[in-house]
Amino acid sequence: MEFFRIKRDIPFMSWGKYTTAISLATFVLSVFFLFSKGLNLGVDFTGGTVMEVGYSQTADLGKVRSIIAKLGMTDVSVQNFGTSRDILIRLPAKPDVSSARLSETVMAALRQNDNSVEMRRVEFVGPQVGAELVENGALALLIVSLGIVAYLAMRFEWKFGVAGIIANLHDVVIILGFFAFFQWEFSLTVLAAILAILGYSVNESVVVFDRIRENFRKMRKATVAQTIDNAITRTMSRTIITHGSTQMVVVSMLLFGGEALHYFALALTIGILFGIYSSVLVASPILMLLGVSREDIVKPEKKEETTEALP
Amino acid sequence: MNRYPLWKYLIIVVSVLLGLLYTLPNFFGESPAVQVSPLRSAAKVDTALLQRVEDTLKKANLPASGMFLEAGSIKARFTDTDMQLKAKDALQSALGNNYVVALNLLPNSPQWLTGIGALPMYLGLDLRGGVHFMLQVDMQGALSKALDRHSADIRGSLREQKIQYAGLDKEGSQITVKFRDAESRAKAETEISKTYGDLSLRQQDVSGEFHLTATLKEEAQKRIQNSAVQQNITTLRNRVNELGVAEPIIQQAGADRVVVQLPGVQDTAKAKDILGRTATLEVRMVDEERDVEAALRGQIPFGTELHTERGGGPLLLKKQVVLTGDRINDAQAGFDSNNQPAVHINLDNNGSRIFKQLTRDNIGKRMAILLIEKNQVEVVTAPVIREEIGGGRVQISGRMTSEEARDVALLLRAGALAAPMDIIEERTVGPSLGADNISRGFNSTLYGFLAVAVFMSIYYLMFGFISVMALGVNLLLLIGLLSILQATLTLPGMAAIALTLGMAIDANVLINERIRDELRNGLSPQAAINAGYERAFGTILDSNITTLISGIALFAFGSGPVKGFAVVLCLGILTSMFSAVMVSRGIVNLMYGSRRKLEKVPIGQVWKPVSDKR
Repeated sequence: MEFFRIKRDIPFMSWGKYTTAISLATFVLSVFFLFSKGLNLGVDFTGGTVMEVGYSQTADLGKVRSIIAKLGMTDVSVQNFGTSRDILIRLPAKPDVSSARLSETVMAALRQNDNSVEMRRVEFVGPQVGAELVENGALALLIVSLGIVAYLAMRFEWKFGVAGIIANLHDVVIILGFFAFFQWEFSLTVLAAILAILGYSVNESVVVFDRIRENFRKMRKATVAQTIDNAITRTMSRTIITHGSTQMVVVSMLLFGGEALHYFALALTIGILFGIYSSVLVASPILMLLGVSREDIVKPEKKEETTEALP
Repeated sequence: MNRYPLWKYLIIVVSVLLGLLYTLPNFFGESPAVQVSPLRSAAKVDTALLQRVEDTLKKANLPASGMFLEAGSIKARFTDTDMQLKAKDALQSALGNNYVVALNLLPNSPQWLTGIGALPMYLGLDLRGGVHFMLQVDMQGALSKALDRHSADIRGSLREQKIQYAGLDKEGSQITVKFRDAESRAKAETEISKTYGDLSLRQQDVSGEFHLTATLKEEAQKRIQNSAVQQNITTLRNRVNELGVAEPIIQQAGADRVVVQLPGVQDTAKAKDILGRTATLEVRMVDEERDVEAALRGQIPFGTELHTERGGGPLLLKKQVVLTGDRINDAQAGFDSNNQPAVHINLDNNGSRIFKQLTRDNIGKRMAILLIEKNQVEVVTAPVIREEIGGGRVQISGRMTSEEARDVALLLRAGALAAPMDIIEERTVGPSLGADNISRGFNSTLYGFLAVAVFMSIYYLMFGFISVMALGVNLLLLIGLLSILQATLTLPGMAAIALTLGMAIDANVLINERIRDELRNGLSPQAAINAGYERAFGTILDSNITTLISGIALFAFGSGPVKGFAVVLCLGILTSMFSAVMVSRGIVNLMYGSRRKLEKVPIGQVWKPVSDKR
């Protein structure tokens, strides 16, 4: 079985204008939603308390809300979580109250009302910790980006590094844009997924770049655009199949991973889909834009020859 | 060209066997157990105790499915958690306060596996249930406490040396001692600087008064803060031991933070209460010469404080502390002669001496025993001293419940916190959610693996199946490695296992596509296999290194669950490189390498474009 029976090289580079336009549009849209709607940051980053409680029968959200309201807590969100028996309660962080004991108070009140209620999970994050996690997350993103640029620059050439990281940061912004648009909860695990996908998507660019380099050496007569087209066409099959395989696992996480892994898997899904697109249709046009040429790659070999010629 | 030397096969076989061996314990699961360990060095764990535990359980009709003595504790295994809980209660009441009886989970793996150090992965709190706290030590509080101690000591020294002073105040981070003349100030300065090296002194003349201000030196502050964190950790460890938790983790995190993890603890309210409390004991004298009525109207006499006795009237107490909780050797809850709940305290040598002298000098007067918690001072009792009390045995009884007496005894016994602490992060996971999380992580990995396996086998036929075998080896090695390292497995870690599988197949896809490519270019089957593997390797290396960069950054900056994800991701990349390249090549070589005439590579259909001109 073979899915991809491509006779001639697909002229990806001649589509550069359209793909750049599409990328730019999605990118601008993502940035727009990021600023207009903002990310729905989870308790990890904002600080506050999240409680997951389980009832033996369908939980009565209205009743739970009124019980909590009676405790004098405001800005509390109560919603179903996964099943109708499980509910998620969010209590905002308040600087004046030691919220470490908040969850006990709420739990006691709920238990008084219905003895079958079971505490499944409590997460309390103090505001100072939340601020640190935001800082560390941003720092991790920066380090990963720099590390990847440095690696690609070393392995290939700086133009490849820049093209690779722009393409992949474009993916990251788009994932963030999705999370902002749908107001999905952005938690620490989602951040981990994004960083993982950043490293993973770069693989894609690396594979294409690898072929481009090889082609520069082999296809001496072809233009730069032809060289790149050929590289992309010949790695296409592998790109789709690899990403498809990874996506199968991610789908399995979406189906069986429950609520805890839901947004993690969702971030991975968007990352994988846009990863295919960006490494093919974003990284390479940028590489062209930066004026990559055969000399960038083939030069070092000539140098070696001359040194060898010397006695 | 497609043959491996024997040693390469041996490496593969040995690593697969090791992987299998160390993965094995994870399949046996864990069973609920009760762990008995000594609280004090006086209590011994020996075969006699083992006999006692056995008898107690037999009497309570709770048969243990296994019981053994190991590394200073006795562990008894039970078939279900219900029995485990009952056994814990029975043992605690039978063995008394000298032993900690804690709930635990014991791996079910057979003895010979445990013997070679093959243990199951350590499950994180989100998989086994439990509490994770991060506590922040109040450094300002530690300094203020140190300053308090110094001001009390300075008072004592000045009195001892008979140096006249007009007053001593502690304000913010400095102590101000007032003198009536410059001469006694100078005398005091030499005296204080001689005895208290931690203080830096400064003379100041304020409106005709001669002041001497003392502040803590920079390096002393640093030392006090460090030792405050250390002492708090020690105290926390003592308190956690009292709570009866098996395998608690208590460690410093950063300059002023402490992480406490209590696996299996469900009663978080109790845990929080015990961990966060800062109870210390103080003994002070009651000032009976001055007017309490006047003090109640707001004129509190100099050097005294107004407090209310628990369940009694207002009292004027001298500010000077005669004795503190540091002098306590042991504290036990019990009952006094009137059958009221009481706390029996045993003082150390120094404390006994001070207490003996105090009671001898003050017969007929009242002393007050104060319990100080989070700046809340409470006079537990204020008895009249009837006689000299020697031997360091003190009994506090004053309208408390037996529950309160037990808690107070525990806190006094475990020692005081050197500085107040606040909980700044809490993550509690109930046991049912923990079990759910395990099955979720497991199912995600299982079905993901199956989907990839089916697809690969259909798309690449035999070579696809070989890839799947390599992927299986990868999984085996990864779990084996995690078990050997005793890494903590969390739900994000399980997600990382699944994700690594999805990513690891990339290497084999690269190889298989390359082989097809080479076949398309007209290479002979054997040459195509060889070229495919050789050429794909550079690309595989490149693409894995970028993911590794992400993994390392995540590990460096991530916290808690993210760290677990990062560890698995990084290890997974390393094992996948080995299995995708070496193991799959090994299988291929074994199957096809020795065939002289390999007509066809079973890698699925290789489609050739009709107009191939290149």
